Amino acid sequence: MQSIISARNLDLVFQTADGPVHALNNVTLDIGKGEFVSFIGPSGCGKTTFLRVIADLEKPTGGSISVNGMTPEKAREARAYGYVFQAAALYPWRTIEKNIALPLEIMGIAKTEQSERIKRTLALVNLTGFEKKFPWQLSGGMQQRASIARALAFDADLLLMDEPFGALDEIVRDHLNEQLLELWARTNKTICFVTHSIPEAVYLSTKIVVMSPRPGRVTDIIESTLPKERPLDIRESPEFLAIAARVRDGLRAGHSYED
Amino acid sequence: MNSALRHTLPVLTILALIVAAWYVGAYALNAPFQRDLDRRAGVTSTPWEFVVKTMTQPKPTLPAPHQVAQNFFENTFLRKVTSNRSLVYHAWVTLSATLLGFAFGTVLGIAIAVGIVHVTTLDRSLMPWIIASQTIPILALAPMIIVVLAAIGITGLIPKSLISTYLSFFPVAVGMVKGLRSPEFTHLDLMHTYNASKAQVFWKLRVPASVPFLFTSMKVAVAASLVGAIVGELPTGAVAGIGAKLLNGSYYSQTIDMFAALVAGSVVAVILVLLVGLAGRVTERLMGARPA
Repeated sequence: MQSIISARNLDLVFQTADGPVHALNNVTLDIGKGEFVSFIGPSGCGKTTFLRVIADLEKPTGGSISVNGMTPEKAREARAYGYVFQAAALYPWRTIEKNIALPLEIMGIAKTEQSERIKRTLALVNLTGFEKKFPWQLSGGMQQRASIARALAFDADLLLMDEPFGALDEIVRDHLNEQLLELWARTNKTICFVTHSIPEAVYLSTKIVVMSPRPGRVTDIIESTLPKERPLDIRESPEFLAIAARVRDGLRAGHSYED
Repeated sequence: MNSALRHTLPVLTILALIVAAWYVGAYALNAPFQRDLDRRAGVTSTPWEFVVKTMTQPKPTLPAPHQVAQNFFENTFLRKVTSNRSLVYHAWVTLSATLLGFAFGTVLGIAIAVGIVHVTTLDRSLMPWIIASQTIPILALAPMIIVVLAAIGITGLIPKSLISTYLSFFPVAVGMVKGLRSPEFTHLDLMHTYNASKAQVFWKLRVPASVPFLFTSMKVAVAASLVGAIVGELPTGAVAGIGAKLLNGSYYSQTIDMFAALVAGSVVAVILVLLVGLAGRVTERLMGARPA
């Protein structure tokens, strides 16, 4: 399998007023093309930081990382990935279609091509008919879907998602998880997904990266044995529960509660 | 109680209190002169007749509200607007300088803010000077600007407008620096992930995000512009404008005229601030703001 992201002994230390914070320590990881990788761990374990390093939003202080065989900076300049933030981060003065058009405008894509892509990505996230609405007129789940559509609009092969459904309720989250899997199957993208929900990680992923804090490091990498086709009730199968148990063990082993 | 009444009643109550206090003040300030007048003329009057006399002097120390209202009404609605005695005429003279100065000031304020936000050197060097500029009393500065510009042959509207500009660029500059820096981190990060250029970040993110800040500071700036234009009319011995009207009133002790001119100035200020506020609301609505 072709490796899209390849990290070797990655280190990142933030200098803060309270002294250095070791956000990433000796992280070595390979992510293959078409994989769905979840990063799970308690807060402070560096899962978001790792995603931000891939996106060139943070610079590592040691080790090496390549994205599509380039440095993260070159990859960003080549618009290699779409990034979905924890908050939808839609621009409030733009309608939904204009928000999706934003990356297309910046990348200089022709107007006719823009409207065609807006139509296609809105259909992909089931938001057809909401083109002219402003963000505040949509529910939280719909806003997050719009932000996914925005990340899909310019057809990058890599999708980086930082706890995109963290602020949504269980029912909406289940629904969006299903839709995300469907979308992944249809588009064949590589997805990196940060979460702190064990069922979400197990349900979605082909690979689960378990991380632990102080210093932020990888404690376990689990290759999922679940089939690609995943109805919601797969979450009651023994196979699913076995993987979830292993994730939970990994989290417990890496996380000390003394401090 | 209906909602219109609930909103206006407190305001009207305060207004009634002010008017009442004003009448008391008018009596207190005009009575000594009236007493003097009566004594010399050997007139004795009943207390009520005396009160009425203090409210009807042609050149009172403090004119009574109804005297000001009457003067304001006559000079606003009963004169031809081209007449030198019309307050509409004088208000227009001041207003034209105000609007020109406000336009200059807004453009200058925005330009300074853009410079400060984008050029680190300007950020460090310009702000102290801008703040210092506003600590100089405009009353001291205005005559110098007028005289210096007159010496190089610039008179009339432009010098007055420049004083308006001097007062109005400041709130716009400060407000726009804040506005252009107001985008959230995630909104900026998003632009970074698209590898957007500085110009794209400016036009597609910083400018739209700054619009509410712009209109708030423009409200302050337009009121300051009006003050600037009036102050600019004082040292020139200008023949027209609210400022000239105030100055003439003080030369000839036409206190009623002065108060009427002050009222005219306040009315213009209120209208200008309301118009800027309205423009702001319309713009924000067009930009998809949630109706309040």
